[in-house]
Amino acid sequence: MDLSSINPILLLASLMVAATPIILAAIGELVVERAGVLNLGVEGMMITGAICGFVVAVNTGSPWLGFLGAAIGGALLSVIFGVLTQILLSNQVATGLALTLFGLGLSALMGQGYIGIKAPSFPDWHIPLLGDIPVIGPIVFQHDPMVYVGLFIVAGVWAFLRYSRAGLILRAVGENHEAAHALGYHVVRVRILAIMFGGACAGLGGAYLSLVRVPQWTEGMTAGAGWIALAIVVFASWRPGRLLLGAYLFGGVTVLQLNLQAAGAAIAVEYLSMAPYLATIAVLVIMRAGRAPGSLGQSFHASR
Amino acid sequence: MTDPLLRLSGLTKAYPGVVANKDVSFDIGRGEVHALLGENGAGKSTLVKTIYGLVKPDAGTMTLEGRPFQPAEPRAARALGIAMVFQHFSLFDAMNVAENIALGMEDPPPQAEIAARVRHVSDQYGLPLDPDRIVGELSAGERQRVEIIRCLLQDPKLLIMDEPTSVLTPQEVNILFETLRKLSAEGTAILYISHKLEEIRALCENATVLRLGEVVGDCDPRATSAREMAELMVGTALHVPERAEKPAGDVVLSLNGLSAKAPHQFGTPLREISLEVRKGEVLGIGGVAGNGQDELVAALSGEMRTGGDMIGYHGQAIGQMPPNARRKIGLLAAPEERMGHAAAPDMSLTENAILTAMTRENLTTRGFVHWGKARGFAERVIETFDVRTPGPQNAARSLSGGNLQKFVIGREIMQAPEVLVVNQPTWGVDASAAAAIRQALLDLAAKGTAVIVISQDLDELMEISDRFAALNEGRLSAPRPAKGLTVEEIGLMLGGAHDMEVSHAGA
Repeated sequence: MDLSSINPILLLASLMVAATPIILAAIGELVVERAGVLNLGVEGMMITGAICGFVVAVNTGSPWLGFLGAAIGGALLSVIFGVLTQILLSNQVATGLALTLFGLGLSALMGQGYIGIKAPSFPDWHIPLLGDIPVIGPIVFQHDPMVYVGLFIVAGVWAFLRYSRAGLILRAVGENHEAAHALGYHVVRVRILAIMFGGACAGLGGAYLSLVRVPQWTEGMTAGAGWIALAIVVFASWRPGRLLLGAYLFGGVTVLQLNLQAAGAAIAVEYLSMAPYLATIAVLVIMRAGRAPGSLGQSFHASR
Repeated sequence: MTDPLLRLSGLTKAYPGVVANKDVSFDIGRGEVHALLGENGAGKSTLVKTIYGLVKPDAGTMTLEGRPFQPAEPRAARALGIAMVFQHFSLFDAMNVAENIALGMEDPPPQAEIAARVRHVSDQYGLPLDPDRIVGELSAGERQRVEIIRCLLQDPKLLIMDEPTSVLTPQEVNILFETLRKLSAEGTAILYISHKLEEIRALCENATVLRLGEVVGDCDPRATSAREMAELMVGTALHVPERAEKPAGDVVLSLNGLSAKAPHQFGTPLREISLEVRKGEVLGIGGVAGNGQDELVAALSGEMRTGGDMIGYHGQAIGQMPPNARRKIGLLAAPEERMGHAAAPDMSLTENAILTAMTRENLTTRGFVHWGKARGFAERVIETFDVRTPGPQNAARSLSGGNLQKFVIGREIMQAPEVLVVNQPTWGVDASAAAAIRQALLDLAAKGTAVIVISQDLDELMEISDRFAALNEGRLSAPRPAKGLTVEEIGLMLGGAHDMEVSHAGA
């Protein structure tokens, strides 16, 4: 094994890229769960976003329009979930699972004819001045714009939940929907908006895979990233800061094990592939101290 | 101009199958403390929800200060000066006091200013409250203060209070009443909903009585006896439980320094509880919720195992015995929570009857259920306790709270226990059903069963107990004869009103 072939700066830089799709999907799901809804369809919304973004980007030649298309695609799919669970009061767990299966099938159908095509390139930003700092520059400030969009969304969600009136109402709806209704807040409306935000974010996360990370379309390319995002939301105790930590940890160990595989480490590949999952779960379980939103996963019906 | 503050005329609201309010009319004057009386299901809640904008009436009008008043949602009602303290608190456990208050206000100021105003109002009305505390950690009395202060910050013209005293100690009730009188003197009208008649007589100037959605009478509670009001509510002469004097029997159950760790994070440990219960007596155990009631029932029923010697039954150490073995020897228990604890909501009444009665009523042989016998037993319970349901095949969930309560208490009583432990036997049950349950407990005691009644309703305990003891933070006071105990003495036994008295002394 030749550890010297692993470049720590490159490793840390690719960590940020590896974590971005999970950050995007997880921050959306975090908002959904803070509003009291458990949407297990993240995987389905991600892969739908991946194909929507890919189709739009290939046809227009613009990755930015591709990301926009991905967000719209993910949000549209999530509206199905919203209508079923919030208005028709179907079971959230079953509906979310169905959404994942539906998204996987739908994306495979939409992606016929796009296999083997390369996505239009999405150049990295080289942020002036900051990007020139030795070590930190290449790690933090020389990525594609979506890495920063993801971080911006996390910061935005954090500030929204903590400081804004609307964020307070969203948390109230998730904490105790009966009480929020009694105080005159529109539980269903708040939840459907949160679900759409979650869908849009999951779509962005999926498109990041198909437009930046890979960058081409293959069926089932999200390969469980949506489930990781779901797990990270829970283990991060529904807090944006911890979510970032969990996603970076997962991304970091993923990149590290890929590097170790390439360097020919004397451990079975299966164990290395397992490592990111084990490490993320272990760390987040140890720091876990939060409690779930009080109304998480319960259907709300304004009776009387 | 002598317009009342709020005038209701001809309010009607029907739900499929029930008329919740039928042609309800009355006035509330400025600064008046007006009581709204009625049994469960009389339409009190629907009526106040109409005033608060949560329910739209089918017919009828309201005028507020002479102007038409039709709030489309609570926001609109709040903007016009209507505030409401809910029966089941509308609070958010994971948030702090200031955030909870901000959620109940229109255009709330920044958190820091809310905190300052909370401190100001809580000083003014003697309701101490720290705006930074997390609501989930507060006691019931403190949580109610959050609700009240949330209302007061909006300078309401009308404050609606839905059963505010059900979770308070007598001292806390006195403090609440002082606050309400002060508000009324400042010109705030109060619509006070309760079924505790003595409270209404102490506080209110006017009362409107509802029965089955209709106004059946108005009275001045200060000049009307509690009994007359109760009869107006129920519509028939109320049956007051009777009991015969009898000599004390032998000791059946004895607790010897019963101690147990709290079974979960929010539980209360039991500390050194010693007690003897005799054949044929009713022992009442009072106390504010969360002082070890659930744990005591669990220890007695066998859900929670304790040291073997800590519980003696006819001299036998049974602390380690599981629930079914205890049932077999005659120790039965009915827990507080009907849905999910005393009864499995989605199972039929027959199945629910089997769950606790199979041992004593021999409803099974070698693991096979005698369905006919089980159905017969369930039918007897339904008939004896006047449970309103089409039949024993119906799911427990389909019964109203009061009916299910009659069923789960009746199920235990019909098994002729030697010792029966009941927790909150008449919680959420209307007056006539409550009287029936109390009478059944007294009849059972008259046949020689030792009955332990744990309740937060002190009037109930005084009515049926031979001896009274209080639970406070997992400790049980020495039992005293219930006859002749005054409210003040009981309050002291319950451990007083926590930190509330101090601030009022200065106010």
